[in-house]
Amino acid sequence: MKPWTVVVAVLAGALALIFAMLDLPAPAFDLLPAVTTHLPASGVEHPVTAVLLNYRAYDTLLEVAVLLLALIGILALGIDADPVAPRPVEAMLSILARLIVPAMIVMAVYLLWAGAHRPGGAFQAAAVLAAGGVLLQLGGLIASWSAPRARLRWSIAGGFLIFLGVALVTGLESTLLQYPMPIAGRLILLIESGLTISLGLILSGLFLLLSRDRKNEAP
Amino acid sequence: MNLTLAFDLLLAAALLWSGWRSLSTPRLSRAIVMFVSFGLLMTLAWARLQAPDIALAEAAIGAGLTGALLLDTYGALRRRQHQENGA
Repeated sequence: MKPWTVVVAVLAGALALIFAMLDLPAPAFDLLPAVTTHLPASGVEHPVTAVLLNYRAYDTLLEVAVLLLALIGILALGIDADPVAPRPVEAMLSILARLIVPAMIVMAVYLLWAGAHRPGGAFQAAAVLAAGGVLLQLGGLIASWSAPRARLRWSIAGGFLIFLGVALVTGLESTLLQYPMPIAGRLILLIESGLTISLGLILSGLFLLLSRDRKNEAP
Repeated sequence: MNLTLAFDLLLAAALLWSGWRSLSTPRLSRAIVMFVSFGLLMTLAWARLQAPDIALAEAAIGAGLTGALLLDTYGALRRRQHQENGA
């Protein structure tokens, strides 16, 4: 008897929410015309990329900072530097990783480049790179990270630093993250390239740091 | 009823079902598999809503990366349990 009352209550609540949603008035202003009219000035042709990296670049800057902080948080938790016993890997998986990962890198570069005029962009390209990193680790071709060295640390922070640098320069020149029109496209490409590499490393780092087998836990 | 509406309704039902199953199933491994399939169905839903950007990100991060992390955690948990039983 009791589960049914819960189900009925949940359904009633859901229905009330749906009707409340339908009852809401339409938003007073429509952002789509504003986005489309200023698209030529944004430096890219795809509206989503224009919003993410030009009109609302400040939000994206903070998002990247949050991702970077997440990885730093994991590093700060402390990771024991014991050498890790390599786990046995199936030959099939290793061969598959060797075949697929180069194609994934090409795919990531394509997504980065395509972001300017069609769906794609730095986040998607970075996610593909990160998946490649996970596949390489599962295939036994790269080891899990223990403590990242200086070069890796710079690569992880690089995308954010480039973004921050652009923000600082534009902030000193005029308004924060307002790109000068003739070089807006090139600036966005520069930021996105940095972000692709850094976010790819951050996202795969989440897996490569957390997936370490402790020495005494090895199978 | 036309075909696209039928597909959308089916997709919505499958989303709700896989979400419910991944929360309610007592077996951890099945819950993870249901979560990954929920992510892939969500990708389809974003594609149907004509948001290919979000669909790409959802497929790579929501289904792929999170799924890999969850499966790895499951493996580590099982190994630890195995060790405690053996010791």
